[in-house]
Amino acid sequence: MTHLFFYLTLVLYGCATTAYLACLFRTSDWLTRWASRLLAAGCISHGLSTIHLASQAGHLPLTNMQESLSFFSLLIVATFLLFERRYKVTTLGSFVTPVALVMLILASALHGEVRQLPPILQSNWFWFHALLAFISYAAFAIAFGVAVMYLIQRHFLKAKHFGGLFQKLPSLETLDEISYRSLAVGFPLLTFAIISGAIWSEQAVGSYWVWDPKQTWSLITWFIYAALLHGRLTIGWRGKRAAILSIIGFIVLLITFLGMKHSITW
Amino acid sequence: MNIIVVGLSHKTATVELREKVAFSPNLIEKPLRDLVALDDIVEGVIVSTCNRVEIYATTRDIAGGIARIKRFLADHHRISLETLEPHLYSHHSEAAIRHVFRVASSLDSMVVGEPQILGQIKTSYGYAAEYKSSGIILNRFLHKAFSVAKRVRTETRIASSAVSVAFAAVELAKKILGDLSDKTVMLIGAGEMCELAAKHFLNSGARGVMVTNRTFERAERLAADFGGEAVPFDELFQHLHRADIVLSSTGAPHCIIGPKDVEEVVKRRRFKPMFFIDIAVPRDIDTKVDDVENAYLFTVDDLQEIVQANLAQRNREAEKAEEIIDQEIGQFYKWLSSLEVTPTIVALRSRFDEIRRAELEKTMAGWKDLPPEAEKRLEALTMAITNKLLHAPTAALKRAGQGGRIDLYVDALRQLFDLQTGHQEDDELELEE
Repeated sequence: MTHLFFYLTLVLYGCATTAYLACLFRTSDWLTRWASRLLAAGCISHGLSTIHLASQAGHLPLTNMQESLSFFSLLIVATFLLFERRYKVTTLGSFVTPVALVMLILASALHGEVRQLPPILQSNWFWFHALLAFISYAAFAIAFGVAVMYLIQRHFLKAKHFGGLFQKLPSLETLDEISYRSLAVGFPLLTFAIISGAIWSEQAVGSYWVWDPKQTWSLITWFIYAALLHGRLTIGWRGKRAAILSIIGFIVLLITFLGMKHSITW
Repeated sequence: MNIIVVGLSHKTATVELREKVAFSPNLIEKPLRDLVALDDIVEGVIVSTCNRVEIYATTRDIAGGIARIKRFLADHHRISLETLEPHLYSHHSEAAIRHVFRVASSLDSMVVGEPQILGQIKTSYGYAAEYKSSGIILNRFLHKAFSVAKRVRTETRIASSAVSVAFAAVELAKKILGDLSDKTVMLIGAGEMCELAAKHFLNSGARGVMVTNRTFERAERLAADFGGEAVPFDELFQHLHRADIVLSSTGAPHCIIGPKDVEEVVKRRRFKPMFFIDIAVPRDIDTKVDDVENAYLFTVDDLQEIVQANLAQRNREAEKAEEIIDQEIGQFYKWLSSLEVTPTIVALRSRFDEIRRAELEKTMAGWKDLPPEAEKRLEALTMAITNKLLHAPTAALKRAGQGGRIDLYVDALRQLFDLQTGHQEDDELELEE
């Protein structure tokens, strides 16, 4: 069951990504509609696969890299679909769905070892921490996609290059707005994720903060986004500077997520 | 019956000549009546705009009809036919249909895709309908042309992009500032193009206008026109931060806005983006302003480039439009030729025969041990009845075929007896807009 839905999801994401990329080069209401439908179908299939896996394991499937990547990918797609409904920005899909697809492909390539739930993870704080962290990651992934679009669009405007892609991309103001919204959602969630992580760490190893690489990098990520939001709210940072910082933030976040798995837990 | 088109347009005649040949809409009744009173001209519509004067008519005699309409144009406007004729074009049959479909779809316009022409043709047709100079064929023909134009507009992107500098400026500003409804325009100097652009910005929803000028009275006057606010020229930099859109065209010999100024202003705006357009020659705004983050400077040349690109796009879309027109011509032509006499007589006969046979078979099926002799007689009887019934209408049709208004009979017959015709598509018989 899980595998069936997982591979169905892979196929649907693949088709949706292709359709979204095609949307960059062709204007067609038909194509736009189907890109979104395919992705929504993929998201449902992905959700079913995840629920099935969770019900078999008896907990959220976040205990190894394969499961985590798949879960990350699911949340990115779900968050994007919400933003697409709200802001009607098809082109954002062309930048976000490839990220979700690549994550899912990585997940499928990884060996999914069946393992016992380590006692250290048997804490409600852990699940709370993990869920918050993943939702904030998804919001930052959207901010990342938007930042890339912002830089491309800004480049077109400064270079006075008014081609087809320029026409397709949303206005700078819209991109800035979506970026701000996703950061405003992501940052508080990340903050709570770090706090709940610290509480869990206290329960598990008896100390709130042990300076292991995962915690350190999480803190770096937090500082980058904190600086970005602070700059925005106090000085009014926006545009290029905010976009670059948002991209750096997401890269650091990926390092935290992918590279730092040898933390206190795994 | 044939459709013919005679006319001249911006492609064949100068504006002086077009003016001379134009028809005034207030005085269109007489020319319309004169037109359909011409020998061999059955129906007529006169389209007169500043870019074209065209007459659409139906006739049995193509060459004669065209010649008479040319003469009519010359006589009506008191121009010698020799001067007028080299500028006139004429089309008939399929070419005439194509021409009118193309004109209505704005493929023949000076700016391809401009939307006015369709409305102008609708108005002209309105007069023809009012004064009854158009009939079955032209009514249907022009309604078809309107629906073709609508299809072209919805199925291609022929009219979707800005093709004037002022519109291009608005489109560009939207790409930076998004929604314009909370944005303010600052007008520096008073060039015509600036005013036009400011008008476009206001029409697109911009919130307000500030105007500044070296002569304050002038700024005040212009501000009053726009319902905006006049700003003394030496206080420009005290107010510039309130503007999201800056349009500049002063006669100043050197730049009045430099990168340092804009940096200050942008900072004061908390880095909200600013959109500058410099129309002045020599320039008002230093080109280095474009290097300032969150400030975007464009010149008329940039806008012109957008307009050129959009025009090229329209021309590409025009190819798709031609394909649509090709399809529609086929359909319309089928209907038009169905109005001829012979196919109608054939259709009428086979319709009667069909009914006769069906009824005969029904009767025979319920009638056992009928002698073969009786069967033959019944056959002969029913045939004689249909032939007798058809004799008078057939003769009347043939007679009408030699006269003028055959299409009336044919159309009525086809509707009365539900005969197969070339038009399955729905009738759009009401005028839109």
